[in-house]
Order: sequence, then C-alpha cells, then structure tokens
Amino acid sequence: MTARAPRTAALAAAAILAGSAAHADQIRVLNWQGYGTDLDWAVAAFAEATGHRVVHDYFNSEQEMLTKLRTNPGAYDVVMINAAFTPQAREEGLIAPVDVSRIANFADIAPEFAGNPALAADGEIWGVPWTWGLTSFAINTAAFDAPPESIRVLWDPAHEGRVSIRDDALEAVQIAALATGQDINAIADLAAVEAKLAALMPNVRAFWSSENDWNQFMAAGEFDVATYWSGSAARSQAMGLPVEFVVPEEGAIGWLDGLSIPATAPNVEAAHAFIDWMIDPDFHIRWDEEGAPASANAAAAEALPEDAFNRAVLGDPEVVARVQFQAPVDDATRAAYLALWQRLKAAQ
Amino acid sequence: MAQPLGPGDARRAALLLTPAYLWLTAAVFLPLSAMLFFSLLSDAPFRGADWRFTLDNYRAFFATDVYATLLWKSLRLGLTVTALCVVIGFPCAWVLAKTIRGRAREALFLLIILPFWSNSLVRVFSWAIVLRGNGALDWLAGLFSSGDVRLGLLFTPTAVVIGLVHSYLPYVILTTYLALQAIDDTLIEAARSMGADRRTIFRRLVLPLSLPGLAAGAVLVFVPVVGSFMEPRILGGRFGAYFGTVIEDQFVAVFNWPLGAALSFILLAVVLAILSAAAPVLRRAQGAAA
Repeated sequence: MTARAPRTAALAAAAILAGSAAHADQIRVLNWQGYGTDLDWAVAAFAEATGHRVVHDYFNSEQEMLTKLRTNPGAYDVVMINAAFTPQAREEGLIAPVDVSRIANFADIAPEFAGNPALAADGEIWGVPWTWGLTSFAINTAAFDAPPESIRVLWDPAHEGRVSIRDDALEAVQIAALATGQDINAIADLAAVEAKLAALMPNVRAFWSSENDWNQFMAAGEFDVATYWSGSAARSQAMGLPVEFVVPEEGAIGWLDGLSIPATAPNVEAAHAFIDWMIDPDFHIRWDEEGAPASANAAAAEALPEDAFNRAVLGDPEVVARVQFQAPVDDATRAAYLALWQRLKAAQ
Repeated sequence: MAQPLGPGDARRAALLLTPAYLWLTAAVFLPLSAMLFFSLLSDAPFRGADWRFTLDNYRAFFATDVYATLLWKSLRLGLTVTALCVVIGFPCAWVLAKTIRGRAREALFLLIILPFWSNSLVRVFSWAIVLRGNGALDWLAGLFSSGDVRLGLLFTPTAVVIGLVHSYLPYVILTTYLALQAIDDTLIEAARSMGADRRTIFRRLVLPLSLPGLAAGAVLVFVPVVGSFMEPRILGGRFGAYFGTVIEDQFVAVFNWPLGAALSFILLAVVLAILSAAAPVLRRAQGAAA
C-alpha cells in the first residue's frame, strides 16, 4: 500500500499534467444551482479525464439566464437552456450551433428529442437534448391512503389550506389548462383558466419558489399536495421525505432541457467535451441514484435499474402518451399570462 | 451665539462637508438617477436590446387596477404597522426614559437593540419557524389548553404584520426615548403642583413635547414598510403580494427593469406626497404645544 501510493500519485499527477498540457482550459457553465452539471464527483472525474476545470455561474429564472448571456459575452462556454427558450436565444444570436460530430454520445439520443424543432433548426443542432421530465404534482403520502388519480385533487376542499403551487405565471396557467382539458400550448379559453385558478386560491397555503422551499414546507408538514417537477421529486424522495410524484389522468406538462454553447464561448473544444460527458450513460446512472430527471439519451434510460422512476414511470408509453410537451411561448402570450397571474395574486 | 462666519471658517466648513456631499452623490444621487433613466426606457439597455425613451412604464401603472390595488394594500400595511409600533413603542420608551434607572436601563436597551444586530432575513425566518403549524407558538398555546391547537398564523396577513412590527419597533422606541428623556422632570412636577392630573399632563405636556421623536420614528417605520417585500414574501403565503413584491418581481423574476424602476418612482412619489401632507399637521401640533 504505502509503497504503491507515491507511484499512483505520480501517475495521477502525470495524467493531469498531460491533460492540462494538451488543453489547460477552464470552462464556465451557466445553469440552475444543484442541477447536475455542478455535482462534485462529476466535475472531478471530468477534470481528471480531460484536464478541463469546470467553474459555475447560476441563474434563478430563464429571463435571468438570457440577461446574463446578453450582458456577459465571452463569459460562458456551456449554458443549460430549457428547450422552450432555445429558439429565443438562437434568434437573438446568443448561441452557436453545436458540432454533433464532436459528441460521440449524440448518436444515442432518442430521435424524438434529437429532432425536436426547438433544438434542431436550419439543419443545425442549437442545443443537445440533455434531460427531460414532467411538471405535475407530488403528494405527502402521510395525507393520502391511495395516490389520487386526477389533478382535481388540488381543488378538493378536503385539502383546503394544504395545497401549494409555484409562484410562476406560465406554470400556474398551464396547470389550470390541464385541469380544464385544454392544450397547454394553445389555450383557447383563457377566461376558464383564470376562473379555475381563482377557485384554486382558497386551497393554496403559500407559493413555493425553489426546490429548497418545497422540501422545507413538505418536511414541516405544511402541504398535502403541491405542484412539482419529476426530477426534484426523485431528489426529495432520496432525501427521505414521504412524497410521491403523480401523473394524473388529465396529463402532465413535459419539458426538455438542452445544453448549448454560447456564440461567444472562448473554449468551444472543451465545451463539446463537457456536453458529451453530461449526456454519457455512466454519468446519468450515478446521478439517478441521487435523484435526477430522465436522460434524453436512450442508452442511459435503458441502463437504469428496472424499478427506477425514470425507467418505470417515464419509460411507460401509456404515461408518455398523456404528456403535453411545452412549446416556445412568445412575449405577448407570456405578458398576458403574467398579467393574469398578478391579478389573481393581487386579489388575495 | 450666531456669529458671522469669517472667510477661513467658510473654507473649513466646505472642507468638512465635502465627504458628506461626495457620499450623498455616490450613494443616493447616482443610483437614483440611474433608476430614473431606466424607468424611461422601453427595454433594459443591454447588448443587442433595441431601446428608446418612453413613458409606457408609467402608463402601465394606470392601465390595470392591479398596481393601484397593491399600492393601496401596501399603504394600509404601512399604516397598520406604524400604528402598532407607536402604540407598543411609546410605553416602552416612557418606561425606559422615566421609570427605570441605571443598570436595568442598560440591560433593557441592549434587549431592544439586539434584533438590529441579527440579519433581517434570519429574523424573518425565525418568525416563520415560530408561527408555522406545529411550531413554537402552537406548542406554547397547547400547554394552556387541551386538545390540538392550530393557530395557523403563518402565511396570513397577521404574520406579515407581526414580522414587520418586530423588525421596525426599535426605531420608534429609540427616537421616542430621546425625546422623552429631554423632557425636564421638574416640568412634570410643576404641572402636578399646579393641580394637573395624569391625563392632562400626558395630553398637554408629555405628548406634544415627545411628538418630534414619535413622528421621526413613525416616518422611519412607514417609509420602508410600504416598500417591504421580504417579510410579505416569506410570511404572507398566498396573501403575500404587495407593491414591494411586484417591484421585486420585475427585477428578479420577470427582468422588466424599466417597469420595476417606474413602479419604484411612483411609490417614492406617493410616499413623499403623504409625508408632505402630514408635515403641516405635525408642525401645528408642535406649535400648539409651544
């Protein structure tokens, strides 16, 4: 042991030196905090394999992400963008096409994600599909004998003052669209959505804004049922909270997150290597143990244990058929949703 | 007393005042001008953004009744919190200034200032822990009554008022204390010897003489409370939408800086209007005392 230790250390040092001699790059990644790319073990393994050091900067909303890209040209090499926002980033010239020939794992991406019109445009790929998941709701299992099957449970008077939704206009409107049986991407009857949300308000205890909020409220027993994201529910379960994610009969909101390269990225080479690392099945399998969204990489999904939520539930074609994937939202629609949401909150 | 200043004195005064004016320019004038500039733009002037001068952000305030409703809600919150701070703070200040002496006064003073030394976010989160279901307050109430007590105070407008009163009470106590301490005890003794009862002494002597301190404290409370956003957001739950939180949303969530800046200036204008309307009333009250 003791005799071998110096040799191992020397080898490791040589490997790091060789790696850094070849590139010696530092790449800057812009993402939500605690969302996969900044996992210590993943960043450490990436640095060991390629010599690239990974530094992070974070955003708290998609608008903040876009603002950071606009105001800090040359500051980021990789940015995580929700597919509903990728077309806007492309049209503003904030991101550059990804050279998929440099990303070995790209061949394994499920075709419906790789060909997603929000990410693939003009014959180029503007974002590599990374993860996907659902926005629906999760229940406190202590408050239910059997998991509810309908989204109507949010409106159930039995849970008055024990319900929470996220303080986000788009998400609130789309949840109400599901409950009123409408297409979330083309809401025909916005008045019905507003009436439905107004009817929900007396049931709402508080709005949550971050995963941390959600976990604290759940742990304190404030909520019976609250809207949530599938990947975050998996993380909360892994933390030991008594929660269960529900995909109701009315369906759920599907989202796809992609990794893009800013138009002004200084280290394009290293950025491609990092994206390849992030969609690798090995990375996803380990992330899934800690609670992760589903991988857009079909090979990664197949490699998961059979009982994993991302394979058992999100891999079920019957469930996937009920999902409505979020399409990009234009500014006028977004403003209308925001006005509606502010009106509802001001009326409380 | 007031001798005319010599030329040397004027120079020295200018020299002494320079740091203060530099500081005011850097800390007040520049940020405010930047915000005023922002409030007149069509879009935040970042790279690639196409912006021009417009009054649309101010028009947006009048386009819906959402902002007016929230502003009125915030003003009511400001009045409620200020009134409670005065009602609770005045007796505290009186006891501190006139009843307690020596060591005990120092200890009490420390207790009043102590909240100032902790981070305001920590204070608000502590209240969330105390007020929430199965929290410290429910547990305490359960000791005095049988059965499961659920006060359910967290995420109500009451919780917001409690958090704000706790945060801002020291301002009223400290300013009123200074005014009360300046009242000569012999004045009160003289009034008593002339046959004034306690109520008359309070109404004709103590209250008018302490009014400047009380008013200063009330202003110090009212202005920040009307614009508060952290306490409503954390303690208010679904009732937590106020004018301050809408402004915060424009900067943090929606990234409509121009609208946020315009709403801030509307708030500033309304608060200044209220204060200038109140100023003559306060002056007259003081004048009546003199």
